[in-house]
Amino acid sequence: MNPQSGLPAILCEDVRKSYPRRGQVLDGLDLVVEPGTIHGLLGPNGAGKTTAVRILSTLQRLDSGRAMVTGRDVARDPAGVRERIGVAGQYAAVDEILTGRQNLQMFGRLHHLRARVARARADKLLERFDLVAAADRPVRHYSGGMRRRLDLAVSLIRSARVLFLDEPSTGLDPRSRNDVWDAVRELAGSGTTVLLTTQYLEEADRLCSRISVLDHGRIVAEGSPAELKARVGGNLDDAFLHLTGRPMLVGVA
Amino acid sequence: MTAISAELQPLPARLAWFAADTWVVARRHVMRLFHRPDELLGTLLIPVMAVLMFGFVFGNALGAAMTLPGDEYREFLLPGLFALTMAFGIGNTTISVASDIRGGVLDRMRSLPMSPAAVLAGRSVADLLTAAVELAIVMGFGTLLGWHWHGGVGALLAAFGLLALLRLAFSWVGILLGLLVSGPEAAMKYFALLFPLAMVADTVIPTDLMPDGLAGVARWNPLSATVITTRRLFGNPSAPTTSWVAEQAPALAVAWPVAIIAVSMPLGLVRLRRIAR
Repeated sequence: MNPQSGLPAILCEDVRKSYPRRGQVLDGLDLVVEPGTIHGLLGPNGAGKTTAVRILSTLQRLDSGRAMVTGRDVARDPAGVRERIGVAGQYAAVDEILTGRQNLQMFGRLHHLRARVARARADKLLERFDLVAAADRPVRHYSGGMRRRLDLAVSLIRSARVLFLDEPSTGLDPRSRNDVWDAVRELAGSGTTVLLTTQYLEEADRLCSRISVLDHGRIVAEGSPAELKARVGGNLDDAFLHLTGRPMLVGVA
Repeated sequence: MTAISAELQPLPARLAWFAADTWVVARRHVMRLFHRPDELLGTLLIPVMAVLMFGFVFGNALGAAMTLPGDEYREFLLPGLFALTMAFGIGNTTISVASDIRGGVLDRMRSLPMSPAAVLAGRSVADLLTAAVELAIVMGFGTLLGWHWHGGVGALLAAFGLLALLRLAFSWVGILLGLLVSGPEAAMKYFALLFPLAMVADTVIPTDLMPDGLAGVARWNPLSATVITTRRLFGNPSAPTTSWVAEQAPALAVAWPVAIIAVSMPLGLVRLRRIAR
């Protein structure tokens, strides 16, 4: 699927980032994400998940180290990276006052699609994410699930090679959550690489083929959900406690 | 899919993308106004109320102070309120930029292969389009109350041009403030500071009627230059010019906004780039 096969979709080498007030947020992050997989970045609040994704999606600069997305260096070729990624969740929002269709068309145009292509693509995505009936309503009247689906659709307005997704099912009812999970699986099936950050073990377990556990700005463990569980002979919850010395946030996605 | 990398292209192509991106962003803000026309109300109510308050409640008294009859004072007043309308638009600009940062829309745009400067330029283009509508409404309201322009079409267009230039200057100041404030509610908190800016100028009463120290400040207010010049261009009554600043009004009506834009636009662009730190 990926024309540059052999190259990881995401590569981080010793990425460091500190903020004046928060101190060292990323403390030598190493990460390899294979193309076409759903990769989970699991960690408690403050572990550095958001910063990692903000650096990979060119929203924030790194202090040192190297970060590549589909072979493009985020520091040297941010424009090249931006053409190949989609960003959704808390990292990027849609316009609440405009309608779903207007959002899709606008972001399509800003992705430098021609007007006709942007319109056609918007129609397709509205259909795919079951938003046709709500297409011409302002987004502020959408339910949580509809909003999340629109967010996903907007981040896919130009077929992205890598999609950054933040806690895709937080605050959703079980039905909407399953819809979003299905959409994410479908994407990965069609060759898109998904990097998913989550605090929820169930989400990581159900969705990801690989999980990297992030704590204090570095990866403390990595493997398939089964491998991580096998390492400590329990469930992911125990694995997390074992790895970080802290219990994972107790919650059901 | 037909999409082309922005940064690897020669300058003319990049400028074309910048213009296209700017237009898409400007359209976004205009479309928002169609969904929420009440956002215009905040900016419009102030000049409309000012017409009523200063034109009618205080109009005859202020006219008497200037030895003008009430209806001539209203002719004097309206160009002041046109400039005031341009100034008050800054509130919407600042709040809009601050909300886009808070809400994550700015981050979404920064993650796209578009020109980052177009995010700001699009807002200022939208401000100009909005200002044209606001100006038309305040002018229409003024006409109902007896305001007329007495000059030629060329003078009328020149007056519009100066008001648009003033709005553009306030737009870039608003954009810069929006990038600097902590959030939209902070922007709203400081909105009242616009009143001295708009009133300590040749807008409502001539600066000669103000206390000495204040008059000096008011004469140098960028609004004064635009107001004095547009009053002449509209052929409306104006106070006799008794100061050097007032004599230079036509030149200052251009120089002030150009200087303000020359400072605030680059600062805004630098600030936008710093957000990535």
